This record gives sequence, structure tokens and C-alpha cells, in this order.
Amino acid sequence: MTAVTQAPPCRASAPGRLGRWGRALSRELTTVVITTFGLLLVTFFIARVVPIDPVLAVVGDRAPADVYEKARLALGLDKPLWHQFAIYVGKVFTGDLGTSVLTSQKVVDDIRTVFPATLELATLGTLIGVVIGVPLGILAAVNQGRWQDQIARVVGLIGYSVPVFWIGLMALLLFYAKLGWVAGPGRISVVWQDIVTTRTGVIMLDAALDGEWEAFWDAFSHLILPAAVLGLLSVAYVSRMTRSFMIGELQQQYVIAARVKGVSEAAVIWRHALRNAAVPLFTVIALSYMHLLEGSVLTETIFAWPGLGRYLTNALLNADMNAVLGGTLVVGVVFIGVNLLTDIIGRLADPRVR
Amino acid sequence: MQTSADKTNQPLLDIANLKVDFHTPTGIVQAVRGLSFTLGRERLGIVGESGSGKSMTGRAILDLIPHPGVVGADRMMFRGQDLMAMDKRERRKLRGRHISMVMQDPKFSLNPVQTVGSQIAEAYRIHRKAGAREARERSLTMLESVQIREPARVYDLYPHEVSGGMGQRVMIAMMLIAEPEILIADEPTSALDVTVQLQILKILDDLVSERGMGLIFISHDLHLVQSFCDRVIVMYGGKVMETLPAAELADETTRGRRHPYTLGLLNCLPDLDHPREKLPTLNRDPAWLA
Repeated sequence: MTAVTQAPPCRASAPGRLGRWGRALSRELTTVVITTFGLLLVTFFIARVVPIDPVLAVVGDRAPADVYEKARLALGLDKPLWHQFAIYVGKVFTGDLGTSVLTSQKVVDDIRTVFPATLELATLGTLIGVVIGVPLGILAAVNQGRWQDQIARVVGLIGYSVPVFWIGLMALLLFYAKLGWVAGPGRISVVWQDIVTTRTGVIMLDAALDGEWEAFWDAFSHLILPAAVLGLLSVAYVSRMTRSFMIGELQQQYVIAARVKGVSEAAVIWRHALRNAAVPLFTVIALSYMHLLEGSVLTETIFAWPGLGRYLTNALLNADMNAVLGGTLVVGVVFIGVNLLTDIIGRLADPRVR
Repeated sequence: MQTSADKTNQPLLDIANLKVDFHTPTGIVQAVRGLSFTLGRERLGIVGESGSGKSMTGRAILDLIPHPGVVGADRMMFRGQDLMAMDKRERRKLRGRHISMVMQDPKFSLNPVQTVGSQIAEAYRIHRKAGAREARERSLTMLESVQIREPARVYDLYPHEVSGGMGQRVMIAMMLIAEPEILIADEPTSALDVTVQLQILKILDDLVSERGMGLIFISHDLHLVQSFCDRVIVMYGGKVMETLPAAELADETTRGRRHPYTLGLLNCLPDLDHPREKLPTLNRDPAWLA
């Protein structure tokens, strides 16, 4: 009897929630389209504004006027600006970001090799940041003002204030040169170079797919040190933010209510408070991840890591505009993608904005 | 309010000289200074101004005084068990199961990211070895007993999707599902619309008398306490000014026996039948706290 009377509202609410989901998703997608368009516009105009003549970059300084003119026509620079922009967008969407002057390879191919290197570094760095930073922040928040809090504070301070190039060198000196626990600079030992077939570009993943476990561990031992150095920065940021979010949540009335019910302290912290703190925490973690995905020039330089940061810096120093703009575009797209993902996770985590 | 369940005549709660001190860098703040009372299966009101220590009394009974507060008492017994001798773990086992509390504002005291149903079920599963299905069944029954018409629909709602009155019913369901003997209601209707206040009180009253529970009703609303409680403790500055039968609050003939503070509070109440130009100010005598 009750089941019969209760059925209609349940059924009515299901499409309601789905509908809200659909609307939210379409809103998100609209945002993505608009920001991507804006990104393309910005990269396009940067290329027009910078005092680097794209024609000269192709033909060289001493080209005669007719050669110069021919190249200008070939590049489509005589066409109106909107037309040039349309051509640019068309090229981007067919995967043509031009050719790098520096490497004389297609920028797309360059990025295809450098981005996975940065991706694995940033991902492991963020993972370290989350796995250590979140519990550390919780520990500090729960023991506010006590020694645990002080330790977390010092770790945060070190992570924030000690320069990456110094700690990177010291880490190499200690763990590579003295202790020999990890491999040195580079992504993989020479022995394994080019043995693993490139599928994703992430060497560890490719090695695993090939079943080359020795190569896998070799790549891991190259990766762990730079990832830990980046991870320290991430730990500092994530633990500080976790601490402050958790302190905020632990003061809420619902936490007292949970204790009144007889919920154990561990469950109060992990099930009730952290579940609420997680909502803003996702954004913080995503921000820190995006920051690392831009490529970290210093870390990549010290560890001879052929990542996006080094590639972009080199390109910039050599006025290799195609590479710079292509890289910027990729970083921008990754930003938009991670942002979208964070929004979706945020929606899933917080019923109030679902 | 004596019921057959109370055969031993033992009070549910027996507290002597309860003190709550907060050790702050600027000195010790005494929130409660020497409160004594016993609670049977009755409705006991605690009234007083803000900061008089009423809420801290409730928290002290539950062992939920926040850091840096320290609780002391000559005697604090729950049905013959010495609360002061128990460790944190044992005190936690009492919470929810034997002593529970309904808080002021359901908007803040329900976890925003959990459905209300799962929060009620959680309270049940902590204390009873029950499966998810049984806990759900019990929660639905409990929602029904706080007069929610479509329990199955409400069960899956999130706190922001329910009204204040419904939120407070959920709160009551959550705090009573493990069938505690004592319920502390800390201003349970202050955050609600006047129209739903009486409904909530009715539900609370029905459940408390039905189950023969002891109720500590903390409020600053003299009218409410007078009509809702059996006995009233008047607190000021962390001390008991006087304890009196609730009926006597309204009784003009007993005014001669009243404590000046109680009289002061009563005089501050505006009276619709006899409107006054100016309400008197409460004159507080430092000697009361001596």
C-alpha cells in the first residue's frame, strides 16, 4: 500500500535530477566552447602583436624582396585578419600547429613527445602531494596548536620557501650520488632508450603495456626524485589548505551533532568533516595539478627532464613562435579540460550545487 | 510524571556541583559554577540569559565541552553509573544511545553532503548491530513517528532540500532512533518559524512522554518553558538562582517567594493585556554570584 503511494514522487524526481544534470552539463560545455574560442583568439593575436616577422623567420634576413613577397603570400598574410584567423582555427583543428624553427619538426610532434614527460611528472607529483598533504593537513587541523600542527607547519614552510633548484640538487646529491637509491637525470637509462615502443609517450605506461618490467622500474626510479621535489611543493600547498578547510568544518554544528549521535572521532573526521572539506579541496588540488602541468622549468632543467617547461622556455628564448604558441595552446586546453573535470567532480561531491 | 518503568525510583541524572571552566590565555572563564540538580522521567526546563551557562550544562553532560574547557563535579551520575569515572570511549557509547541532544538550527546541524535518511540510519547503526536494510526500515518508521508523511521520499533528500520544520523533525528522529533515556533539547525551536514551533514541540512532547524519557529543555523563552515543562531551573552567570515548579512561573500569588532574578526576567516580558510604556531593565546583583 505504502509502496504504491510512494512510487509516483520517486519516479517524478528521477527525470528532474537528470534534467538538472543535463542542463548543468550543457552549461559547462558552452563555457568550454567559449573559453576555447577565447584561447584561440588570444594565441592568434599574440602571433600578430609580437615584433617577430613570421616571413623573415621563414626566409631569413637576406632574402630578396620577391622571395619575401612570395613567402608572405604563401603564409596568407595578405588576407584580411578574420580570414587569417579562420585559416588558423582550421589548421589547429586539423592538428597543424606549424613547424618549429628550432627542431625543424612539426610542433604537434614535438609536443607529443614532451607533454607526456611533463604529464607523468605532474601526475606523480600531485599524487604525492595528495597522499601526504591531505593526511598531514587533517592531522594538523585535529591537533591544532600541538606538536603535530607545528611539524605540518614546518613542512609547509620548507615546501613553500626552499627554492626548487636547491632542493633538487641536494636530493640528487643525496639519493643519487651518495646513497644510489634512485637513478640520475633523464627519463630512462640509455640501455632502455628506444626499446620500449611509444604508444602513449608516458614511458612507464608504455613499458607496462610491453611487459618490460625492468624498463618500467628503471623509468620509475628516474621519475621518483623529480616527482618528489615537485610533490614537496604540492604537499606544502595541499596540507595548508586541507588544514584550514578541516578547521572550518570541525567547528560546524553538524560535527557536534555527529558526536552527539555517538559517532567515533575517526568517523567524525573522515566521514563527516573531510567529506565536506573535500568539496573546496578538489579545486585546490586541481589548481596545483594544473600549475605542475604547465611544466616546471627549474625542475626539468636540473633533472634533464625533456618536458613541456623546458621545451617552451627554449622556444621562447629562440623566438620560435610556432612552438611557443602551440605549447601555449596545449597548456590552455589542458587547463580548460582539468577545470571542466573539477567542476564535474565538485558537482558530484556537493549536493547543493548538483 | 512517574511511570511504571521507573521502579527503582533512582533518578536518571544526578548532578552535584557541576563546574565548567575555560582556561584561556587571559584567565579562567567560569561558564558553569556549581550547578546541582536531579532529573527524573520529567520535563525539566533550564532558563536564563545568553551566557548563563545553560548550553554548557547540556554539553558537559554529553562530554562535549570543547577545548580548552574543563568539567568538574562532586557527583555526576547517570542511572547510578558514575559519569566522572568513565573514560572518553565509555562516554561516547552513552551518547546517542542513552543521552542525546536536539540542537538549535537544523540548517547547520545536519551534514549538508549526506541524505537525511542516511544520517538517521547512521545513528541507529552505531549503537545497534544492524544491517543497512534494517537501519533503513527503522529510520523510515522513525520518520513516520515524527509525522513526516512521505518517509521514503524524504529519506533521500539532502538537508538543503528540506524546510526548517522538517529539518528539525529529522533531527529529532536522528537523536531518538537509538531510544535514549535522556534528551537534551537545546533551544530546539528558536530557529524555526513561530507557526511550526508548536508542531515541533508537540512532536517532541509526545515522543518524550510516550517513551517515558527525561527531557532537559534549554530555552530563554519563559512562556514556552512555563507551558511545556514540569520543573524549571533559573540560571544566571553559571549558577542556579532557583528551582521551581513551572506552573508557579505564571502564578501571581507565589511572587513573594520568587528570587529577584526570576522576578526581573518575568518583569521583562511584555504583556499584551497590560501594555507598558517602558519595560524595566534587569538589575543584576553581583551578590547572586557570590
